Amino acid sequence: MIKVALIGNPNCGKTTLFNALTGATAHVGNWPGVTIEKKEGVYKKSKEPLEIVDLPGIYSLSPYTPEEVVSRNFLIDEKPDVVINIIDATNLERNLYLTTQVLEVDIPIVVALNMMDILEKENTTIDIALLEKELGAPVVCVSALKGTGLKELADKVCEVSKTSREGKSILSFSSLKSLYQQVKEMVEKEIDMRHPIFHTVKLIEMDEIEKTTHPTLSEKVKALEQKEPLDEFEGDFGGKVADARYQYISLHFSNAIKKKEENQTLTKSDKIDKVLTHRIWGIPIFLAIMFLVFHLTFSENLFFIGAFIKEGTFDIPIIGTDAINSPGVMLQSCMEWLTSTIGDALSGWLESAPAWVSSLIVDGIWEGLSAVLSFIPQILCLFFFICILEDSGYMARVAFIMDRAFRRFGLSGKAFMPLLMCFGCAVPGIMATRTLENEKERRMTVMLTPFFSCGAKLPVWGVFAAILFAGRHGDLVVFSMYLLGIVVAIITAVILKLTALKGDPAPFIMELPAYHLPQAKNVAIHLWEKLKYYIYRAATVITGAIIVIWFLSTFSFTFKMVEDAGDSILGVISKGITWLFVPLGFGMGKDGWKFVVAAFTGLIAKEMVPATLGTFAGMDGDLVLEADNETLRGSALAALIGTLSVPAAFAFMAFNLLSVPCMAAVAAARGELQSKKKFWFTIAFWMITAYVVSLIIYWVGTYWWIGIILLAIILCAVTILIVMKKQKKMNVTFNH
Amino acid sequence: MEKLLKSFQMNEIGKVKRIEATSRIRQRLFDMGITPGTEILLKKIAPLGDPIEVRVRGYELSLRKSEAEGIIMEVGE
Repeated sequence: MIKVALIGNPNCGKTTLFNALTGATAHVGNWPGVTIEKKEGVYKKSKEPLEIVDLPGIYSLSPYTPEEVVSRNFLIDEKPDVVINIIDATNLERNLYLTTQVLEVDIPIVVALNMMDILEKENTTIDIALLEKELGAPVVCVSALKGTGLKELADKVCEVSKTSREGKSILSFSSLKSLYQQVKEMVEKEIDMRHPIFHTVKLIEMDEIEKTTHPTLSEKVKALEQKEPLDEFEGDFGGKVADARYQYISLHFSNAIKKKEENQTLTKSDKIDKVLTHRIWGIPIFLAIMFLVFHLTFSENLFFIGAFIKEGTFDIPIIGTDAINSPGVMLQSCMEWLTSTIGDALSGWLESAPAWVSSLIVDGIWEGLSAVLSFIPQILCLFFFICILEDSGYMARVAFIMDRAFRRFGLSGKAFMPLLMCFGCAVPGIMATRTLENEKERRMTVMLTPFFSCGAKLPVWGVFAAILFAGRHGDLVVFSMYLLGIVVAIITAVILKLTALKGDPAPFIMELPAYHLPQAKNVAIHLWEKLKYYIYRAATVITGAIIVIWFLSTFSFTFKMVEDAGDSILGVISKGITWLFVPLGFGMGKDGWKFVVAAFTGLIAKEMVPATLGTFAGMDGDLVLEADNETLRGSALAALIGTLSVPAAFAFMAFNLLSVPCMAAVAAARGELQSKKKFWFTIAFWMITAYVVSLIIYWVGTYWWIGIILLAIILCAVTILIVMKKQKKMNVTFNH
Repeated sequence: MEKLLKSFQMNEIGKVKRIEATSRIRQRLFDMGITPGTEILLKKIAPLGDPIEVRVRGYELSLRKSEAEGIIMEVGE
């Protein structure tokens, strides 16, 4: 097996090539920084199988971002047999900058030239032979998207894997030639290790990692550098080396690009961009797109004709009642019909089975699972739109548009990407924070992730919207939860910026990729991945938890089946802590403990909330009778949720929105936050925010005048803060 | 004539003369291809007035005005 590292700039088609080679379904997106951890796959069609590792996209091997460090460590420590450096042909100059660095490592390298087809459309060609000669490495033309040139690439990799290669640096052709020679000799004499050229160049660059690993050598290099003549770089050798690289590239490779005619007209991408990032229309267009996405997924009144049609005009299953459903809702009703049909069949089939068996299967597992399954269509719908926006390149523009607004909260437009991913799932969102260079920004972004309502929370909003606000305003309720999350995120971000996470915002130097049509294959792969993950979680963790909860809520401490779930093991424990949630509204009444249990199971996975409530409702005979009431949808679950007042229901939803999102997200956050203290601080921050916001919602919702008192207190606090700040400023000026 | 990149108008072109910034931001700018002598075109200013979008070495790059502050350009009279 030949070990191959795949390296390249962000957004040059690297992950697409990886997928094409390995048939894996790694996530692909059209913005910088989608690949965060390295992924592995195998290519079998060559003489010898290739074990391919997809490294994160980077612009340089300098140690400024975690991605750069991951890629660099892999090249240096893991000793791959061959490196494939993928290059975007439409952006040769900047892509070759990384190549000049990779060439410094003592590993055979094959250059894969991607996106040649796009270049040919612009009447431009690249002289491959010249490129090979100047690089001193084989170049293979590929189209990652169409899957052409893969065999040639793999054969080339097999071929060069048998050879060995010594690193070479462009510095031997630059003004730094003599310094380079001196340091090289020093390195070869003093340390015996692989990649002497790489270490030589990094020492000259005064690279932070090199400084700590070879402190004495670094001091000697510094002494040598001080003897060099001064120029506009003022002793910044990192800059000097970068400049030398670009100079070398324009000198040696500008002849390789042949443009048939000078293209002066605006490209298609420019034209699209003119509209989408327009000074006035940019933000309204963004808001309209987001509204459209939610409307197409959740609305039960797609064409707004509901207002013109008299009540009771038509009621067609799946299509809608007195209005046309959105595609998301239509698919959801199909799914609901399917799950209820299977549920009925199951209970008919188990009629003669022992009571506990039918209770376990119908009331426990199936009731819980169907609550989880019935929301798959809407989750997929949402992912479908997010994926299209991401793949087309629009998301990077959104970061561009929103950066100014985000900076006020101590974040950059870049934080927008991970946070937006959280609307899909908090786990990739938290993992994507690694693309943020600034540690404080990374930490704050992780802390804000649960507030962006993820796909698994949709079932919760869906159940509550359908039952409490039967019919028309379902999309508004869902939209309000998304909005509440955003508002809480903004407020807490400002508080964090002023208190725990003071400091300057992180830089925002980011590539804006060209727009392109989303690829059906990419979208399909992405959706399939999400579906697989969701079903996997439903089948394993969530089903397991459902069975445990069913057991705890069906049997008493003496392991006897109980009539009233309140006497069960879970009931007794929950009743003990329910008083904590009485101030939030949903802990009150005889069914209050059920909501407390549901909220707690939600900490494991949010899909558990409707599942748990469904399990409870399925077991409670009294509630099923009450459900004959037509305003409720006639299900036992509707009756259970109907026991809540509207403010209490909103408080319950808010608690679920803002508290710990799920165990997977907790694990991801633990991975990203590194220190135990920061991790526990984050968990506490989530729980306290959830409690406080739910408290406010319940009390203001129940007694509106509390809102006025609260507003007055906030106004007073803000005034005092401003006055105190002014006085401080005045004191400072006096002292001067 | 010397001019700061951040005070460029839309569609204004110039060449980088020198860069004065903290080493971190400077290295990042260099890595992205903004080195002395490079031609930069200011393509767009974001709807909220910041950041800016420039065309450099054949691709589009976005950066904040605060980061562009240290980029000193040479423009024709």
